[in-house]
Amino acid sequence: MIGVDVLDEVFIKNGLIVAFLTVGLMLFLADWISKIFNKRVPGVAIAILVALVMAYFGGDKGISNHSFFSGMALLGGAMFRDFTIVATAMGANLSELRKTGVPGIISLFIGVTVTFFVGGSIGYAMGYTDAVSFATIGAGACTYIVGPITGAAIGASSDLIAISIAAGVVKTIFVTIITPLVAKKIELDNPCTAMIFGGMIGTTSGVAAGLAATDPKLVPYGALTATFYTGIGVLLCPSVFYLLMVYLL
Amino acid sequence: MKIYGVAFLAACYLIGQVIGKYIGIGLGIGGNVGGVGIAMILLVMSNDRFYKKTSLHVETQAGVLFWSSMYIPVMVAMSSILNVKVALSNGWVAIFSGIIATSCCYLLIPLISKWSQLNLKESTE
Repeated sequence: MIGVDVLDEVFIKNGLIVAFLTVGLMLFLADWISKIFNKRVPGVAIAILVALVMAYFGGDKGISNHSFFSGMALLGGAMFRDFTIVATAMGANLSELRKTGVPGIISLFIGVTVTFFVGGSIGYAMGYTDAVSFATIGAGACTYIVGPITGAAIGASSDLIAISIAAGVVKTIFVTIITPLVAKKIELDNPCTAMIFGGMIGTTSGVAAGLAATDPKLVPYGALTATFYTGIGVLLCPSVFYLLMVYLL
Repeated sequence: MKIYGVAFLAACYLIGQVIGKYIGIGLGIGGNVGGVGIAMILLVMSNDRFYKKTSLHVETQAGVLFWSSMYIPVMVAMSSILNVKVALSNGWVAIFSGIIATSCCYLLIPLISKWSQLNLKESTE
């Protein structure tokens, strides 16, 4: 069939443009659904949830494994993600950032430490009782980048590394879905708390997506601290924290 | 011209990436440490400086603001390319450790937030 071939060729060749159209339509529909529910659930949150469900039916790269949606990998990839997050800083206020600088940094260290030890303890309770497993799973609970880097550094097996990556991805999905739901309870409605939130939670993707669905004005504050989280995690987990676990276990 | 804004944003982004890379190498952990954060600080500080002097041209600002507003669509696209299947199929250890560790952090956020607001009040008084 000539018609299908032509469409196929055009859509696959223009992947990024197809992605613009797809995401535009998703957000339009999500906003429409949100209006039906009296805007009780924000449209962005619905769109992200739909995107996650679509990802489930894709492969290891989510929906972009289908050649039709290959452009999603570019639009949703690290380059555009980081570029647009930097652009949100335009809406941030310098004096506000200065005021919350110190609590932001402190929350980074508390966030990485708490996540590592709680995540590792869960692994310990479920039968992964040696120091390498503890550190790899704990690091994975931080972000899906800290996990594999830590695992590789301390010689973890590949199935352990897979668990640590999975823990990190579970965290990102969890943060994306749960943040708009608990925002009121944790008083996430001002720049100061947003910076602490970014430092405590740390997964840049989850923090940015969660804040987008909560209040887009808070995005730059949360994203700013979150971008340092992975760096600090990579610094602490395979070194200080791992050695501490070797000593303790 | 809008492209001035886009180019300015690109400059901040690239400088941040390069510095972040060097910090990563310097700390001996490779990768990019805080590159995005550094780029954001650069953008906020230069925006603040321009604003006091001449106020960044409206058109130039529009170039940056366009990309800032593209951020939500990018988040939707990003969610659609996550490896959701692996996250859910890699057993309960991954699901429990990911969710419980994160929940503990959520519980601590209001405490740290209150503590920092107390400290801010003390330091201004």
